[in-house]
Amino acid sequence: MSEHMMPVHFWVNGEAVNKPIPVRQHLVDFLREDLGLTGSHLGCEHGVCGACQVLVDGVLVRGCLSLAVSANGKTVQTIEGLSERAEFQQLQKAFLAHNAFQCGFCSSGMLLSAYSIVQDYPKATRTDIRELISGNYCRCTGYQSIVDAIEEVLIQNALHAPNPVDPS
Amino acid sequence: MKSPDFDYVKPTRLAQALSLLAEHEGEVQILAGGQSLLAMMNLRMSWPKLLVDITGLSELRTIALQGPSLRIGALVTHAQLLSSALVSTHVPLLFQSASHVAHLAIRNVGTIGGSLALADPAAEYPAVALCLNATLVLQGLHGERRVSAQNFFQGLYQTDLRAGELITAIEFASVQANEVQVFRELARRRGDYALVGMAMALRVKQGRIDGARLAFLAVGDQPVLALKTMQHLQGQVLRELALPACLAVLRSELIPKADLQAQSTTKAHWAGVLLSRALGAIGEGVA
Repeated sequence: MSEHMMPVHFWVNGEAVNKPIPVRQHLVDFLREDLGLTGSHLGCEHGVCGACQVLVDGVLVRGCLSLAVSANGKTVQTIEGLSERAEFQQLQKAFLAHNAFQCGFCSSGMLLSAYSIVQDYPKATRTDIRELISGNYCRCTGYQSIVDAIEEVLIQNALHAPNPVDPS
Repeated sequence: MKSPDFDYVKPTRLAQALSLLAEHEGEVQILAGGQSLLAMMNLRMSWPKLLVDITGLSELRTIALQGPSLRIGALVTHAQLLSSALVSTHVPLLFQSASHVAHLAIRNVGTIGGSLALADPAAEYPAVALCLNATLVLQGLHGERRVSAQNFFQGLYQTDLRAGELITAIEFASVQANEVQVFRELARRRGDYALVGMAMALRVKQGRIDGARLAFLAVGDQPVLALKTMQHLQGQVLRELALPACLAVLRSELIPKADLQAQSTTKAHWAGVLLSRALGAIGEGVA
């Protein structure tokens, strides 16, 4: 019996996708195999490791726990698209400066979590950052440098905010 | 691993979803957030022939006060609960528990209805629902049923949900002015499944406990009420509460089931630690 297929229409990093795809295919397999976007990684494929994270309609999700067909009508952003943005590059530079990349396997997922933190939790403390990246495994165990990098960006942003908050 | 093949439908109306559930009884699963279901399908522990994606039913996404209750739609996500002033004001226990559910990306997608329907023994919401004896609103082709949490959870991943039904909402009574609610949990890593967790609601009248509810999670096949401890707390003067006596009663009634994480005696000890911490927090007025 042939696989169930469904025509979909959505956008990946600003480019339209229009084609029939297998309904059982998860989003990251589609991105990697059909579009050649191999920046999102597959570690565990059951939602534990976080290496597969992407943004769907601007919201951080596990790519392996999202069906590609569920993205129908939506906007998907991957590390490839986000890397064009200055605020994302700021994180990448901080990761590099703090040696937070190491083997690089977790980095794209980790950067996506970091990006969510910068966008949604600008006042996060080190403890908050640890909790907010708790869904991302780094098997090099480079967490210290990753927290350092994210914290640095939050501090930079706070200093350059239009109306700096009095730290006292 | 990858999921086996299946068919997929995304209805836009509740009636259409219910027809599909009735028509494909036994081989259909509801896809809400999918944060447990898709993982189980990838691991080939679940193999439905049809997924009915209900995320298009926007009427299931609302949180609203209805008289003395807060009604929370089944598709409300963990992230939505955590950013809702209605939830933090009216059901603080649920609000506190949501911060223990999974991680950032999963909280953005996973739903309260999905968690209740799955009834994982280590999940937070079933214990919260049991503690507050919330009402689950279930909808089938032939009408609506309202089931109390005490009757809804029936065993390991077993609920009163019948074939063809889906959860549309859950209703919690608003917290009373004289009521304190505390949720506590132990996990190896924040957001992981609980080693042991506890949901508590105490009503206090003129310094005396006047109604105590206490539910534990990750101690057996389903969340359990600590009935003897609840009875023991009843009528006691809160400020003079003797903790060792409370813990002795808890130990006499709660015999946790061992799992891959810990043996029974360890879990029993942890349950006592959580009860001490929660009562301590209430004593200091910082629950």
